[in-house]
Amino acid sequence: MSRVQQKDIIISKDHRAYLRNLKLKRLAILLTQIFILIAFFALWEWAADKKIIDSFITSQPSRVLKTLRNLYNEGQLFTHIRVTCVETVIGFVLGTVFGTIIAIFLWLSEFLTKVLDPYLVVLNSLPKIALGPIFIVWIGAGPEAIVVMALAISLIVTIMEVLNGFLTVDEDKIKLVKTFGANKMQILTKVVIPYNFPTIINALKINVGLSWVGVIMGEFLVSKAGLGYLIVYGGQVFQLDLVMTSVLILSVAATLMYQVVVYLEKILVKGE
Amino acid sequence: MGYIVEIDRLFMKYHSQNGEIDALSDINLKIDKGEFISIIGPSGCGKSTLLSIMSGLLAQTSGDVFINGKKVSGTSFEVGYMLQKDELFDWRTILQNVMLGLEIRKMHTSENKKYVHELLKTYGLYDFKDKYPNQLSGGMRQRAALIRTLAAKPDILLLDEAFSALDYQTRLAVSEDIYTIIKKENKTAILVTHDISEGISMADRVVVLSNRPATIKNIHKIELTCNKRTPLCSREAPEFRGYFNTIWKELEVHV
Repeated sequence: MSRVQQKDIIISKDHRAYLRNLKLKRLAILLTQIFILIAFFALWEWAADKKIIDSFITSQPSRVLKTLRNLYNEGQLFTHIRVTCVETVIGFVLGTVFGTIIAIFLWLSEFLTKVLDPYLVVLNSLPKIALGPIFIVWIGAGPEAIVVMALAISLIVTIMEVLNGFLTVDEDKIKLVKTFGANKMQILTKVVIPYNFPTIINALKINVGLSWVGVIMGEFLVSKAGLGYLIVYGGQVFQLDLVMTSVLILSVAATLMYQVVVYLEKILVKGE
Repeated sequence: MGYIVEIDRLFMKYHSQNGEIDALSDINLKIDKGEFISIIGPSGCGKSTLLSIMSGLLAQTSGDVFINGKKVSGTSFEVGYMLQKDELFDWRTILQNVMLGLEIRKMHTSENKKYVHELLKTYGLYDFKDKYPNQLSGGMRQRAALIRTLAAKPDILLLDEAFSALDYQTRLAVSEDIYTIIKKENKTAILVTHDISEGISMADRVVVLSNRPATIKNIHKIELTCNKRTPLCSREAPEFRGYFNTIWKELEVHV
């Protein structure tokens, strides 16, 4: 018996090698990912320096950093990030809450579901940006119109997603609670909602992305601040540095918000 | 008087866009307290419909069902229903699962909670009360489902193909287990099944239904010579084969 085996009885030598192999593979993937990121920015910087690409229209990492610093020194950086993030969070929360509530009402009334079905289909197919001018006229050219834009994009999808989940609950589970004399509200709270918890969380994940789309679209149409505003403004004055900087900030912010939802999912669904 | 269940000239018709289907036709049956009745019939003949009507989940077209002398109109405490699968909720612990019926009926008093704890202790699930259903074996899950039904203290248990989702060996063990519990708790039970052996092995009387629309073809009083009547022991009784053959012929299975 070798010393390795004596020290660690449960894990055999083969298994130890297998585990090490697995670890190495994971490390290789991570390193490659980091390498691609660095290589991308390095190549970009280098190509712009050597005038292979025109940094006036492609910008350049060093110029992005400079823009970032300027924005920060002017005290604007976090204002813009905050404005966009707040709008997104509000749109996201409203879309999820209202979407789920409407789905509950539709589930309670089969008649209502059937009546509203064609309207939902039309609203779902309609590109919501077409409603932008209407929102602006009705609500005014302010952050409210942007939030409504985000809401318009996520609401219908949430309703359809959640309602579909509600309608696919195992019939026998409903029959079981009916044998105990459950009313419709009890069926909803004891079976349908807990059964669909994963569906609702999934709708949240989709909604985060859709809310970002809605907010940026809204900011393109009307705004005086926010990342979408910076992108549009940068484009109009041909300041690609500003556009690229904003896009990069946006990708970081959107990823962070998505990760928060994934983390929530972990606690709420898998933690149970 | 004196019968716990009385079914009187029961008819059931289903309506759909493609027409109407006669499911039950003139069903008459009287059941004594403490009896174990098996209802055997070809698949799709309306066995489950009969149970649904008895439990008050479904309204009959005509005729009456009386339970403890009262007309059935909607679900009641007196009837417990067991479905094909255990239907335990994954998101609830075993204790929360067995409390479900009491919770829905708003009867989760401390007295009833104590009764549920007693049941869990008696039937060996007390140590598992804080576990989730997926941590239990198929047999234990079925037992938990039975305790969930018993928790509301029903007089009658309706078993709707209650064991057919289990593999054969588990099924034999579980039906033995459930039978013993039902007899110990002194409940009246009605089992619907298409398994002839299972029907005979558990029943005091076997009701044979015809093809749709279901009518009662025959009622067999099962009398077996065995020391202690349990499903497994019944299967070894000398009379078992005779009953099996008679019922098999009555079912007129054509392939």
